[in-house]
Amino acid sequence: MDTAPTPAETPEAAAPAEHFAVSTLNTWRPGCIDSVKTALRETTITLSREHLREACETLQAAGYNFLADVTCLDMIPSEPRFHVIYHLLSLARKERVRLKVPVNSTDAAVDTIIPVWPAANFYEREIFDLFGVRFGGHPNMRRIMMPEDWVGHPLRKDYPVEGYR
Amino acid sequence: MSTYAPLLHPHESVETGDRTMVLNMGPQHPSTHGVLRLVLEIDGEIVVNIAPDIGYLHTGIEKTCEAKFYQQVVPLTDRIDYLCPMTNNLAYCLAVEKLLELKLPPRAQWLRVLLNELTRIQSHLVWLGTHAMDLGALTIFLYCFREREEILRIFENISGQRMMTSYFRVGGIAMEPPLDFWPRVRAFLKKMPEKIDEYQNLLTGNPIFIHRLKNVGHLSAEDAIALGVTGPPLRASGVDWDLRRDMPYSGYENFQFKVPISQDCDVWARYVIRMEEMRESVKICLQALDGMPEGPIKANAPKVVLPDREKMKTQMESLIYHFKIVTEGFTVPAGEVYQAVESPRGEMGYYVVSDGTAKPFRVHMRNPSFATLQAMNKMCCGRLLADVVAVIGSIDIVLGEIDR
Repeated sequence: MDTAPTPAETPEAAAPAEHFAVSTLNTWRPGCIDSVKTALRETTITLSREHLREACETLQAAGYNFLADVTCLDMIPSEPRFHVIYHLLSLARKERVRLKVPVNSTDAAVDTIIPVWPAANFYEREIFDLFGVRFGGHPNMRRIMMPEDWVGHPLRKDYPVEGYR
Repeated sequence: MSTYAPLLHPHESVETGDRTMVLNMGPQHPSTHGVLRLVLEIDGEIVVNIAPDIGYLHTGIEKTCEAKFYQQVVPLTDRIDYLCPMTNNLAYCLAVEKLLELKLPPRAQWLRVLLNELTRIQSHLVWLGTHAMDLGALTIFLYCFREREEILRIFENISGQRMMTSYFRVGGIAMEPPLDFWPRVRAFLKKMPEKIDEYQNLLTGNPIFIHRLKNVGHLSAEDAIALGVTGPPLRASGVDWDLRRDMPYSGYENFQFKVPISQDCDVWARYVIRMEEMRESVKICLQALDGMPEGPIKANAPKVVLPDREKMKTQMESLIYHFKIVTEGFTVPAGEVYQAVESPRGEMGYYVVSDGTAKPFRVHMRNPSFATLQAMNKMCCGRLLADVVAVIGSIDIVLGEIDR
């Protein structure tokens, strides 16, 4: 198992075990990463939405060529309320990395990454449908699961599981 | 899901003037395997644009998960992909076990592998039967369902249910399989290879079948990766990737099996690959049967795993744990994991987020068919309308997992 880091150590300082995606992003644009968290042998990189598209391009070029999944978390009542989560996979390195992009509820929008991975198309529509996070530049930002005239976004935490809204 | 015919993907629409017409296919079309609706833009017999319209089966399972205890989510996962319930159970249980940092005894892992491979054979049999039936080969459907029925009887034997098995538990397996399970599985595995030969005799040399499949639905490796295609369609495009071998889980690293790949990129290649996968699955099942370790089938975690009935009736401590788990569930340390397994259709991933309580904060399923459906446009545009049916069959679509 991994050796436990000493409390003084920040995740970035744990150089020997640094994830390849982290070092790639750090060489590409130092300071673009807000935080790195490694837990349960999985690495989560938090970035701001301004860097997202280019970070995805960088990671794709570095070998994280497969977009496995895009989803979202509703962290109400804290702000930023939404966390858009991207799971990338490198087929060559057999390694995954998770990108997390916090979004405020007042301006719940992220740039689309369809130009990088066309696979993001349905996932982004699903997040728009169920969470109400918009994806700027998406060619077809319509509901995908719920009927077109549905009111509300069902996977938000303030949307009840049963009963009346 | 929309109430009227949408003309979708403006970025993908092709300049054809007023030559094209719009054709609605589904949601009650027999060859769309469920309630898939395709809006096709066609120019004569040539498909110009395809827009899948999904959501008819949306039941909000991800939302429901948030209101259940961790163990109560397992029956919901069956209902996502009703052709491979065990695979879904496994992916979810592995994710929660990873959060709990549970270590499973080898017997539980091997049993899970055995059941997963039986599920894969079962799912591929449904695919083969319906795919061939869509293309006019009606006989094969009955042959496939004959063998599938035997697997379902085995499932009924161990879990009490034919399809919605819910046999896996967080931390192990529900109970030790009954004694006649082992000879039944062995008898089935013994005759399965010659049954696969039989299917191939019916189809592989059939000129109509070959012409409907070969050079249809071309999908290059680059497109497959860009569109998130996984599983047999990805391997049929020449990408050597199988999660069982490349990122092993549940003890798959102990098994020897080949991962069939093909460079043909067409519907025929997907057919060949799935047939080979069935043969490999039989081999894995036999290895699992032969090397099945002895020992417990549940992890040693009294706060998570329900105690044996015997212990619960005789020991006070076990009774307390039993009461606690049933009434309050078990708490899972805060954290997030993404666990993917190779389902018969591709990468089935579960993203489970815990906030430290007894109910998941969020459960998200990454479904193989959902991503693969996006490749329809690439595979069908510029081809004949009749090929759409062959392509839908070749991606082995299950609408339950797409809509969730």
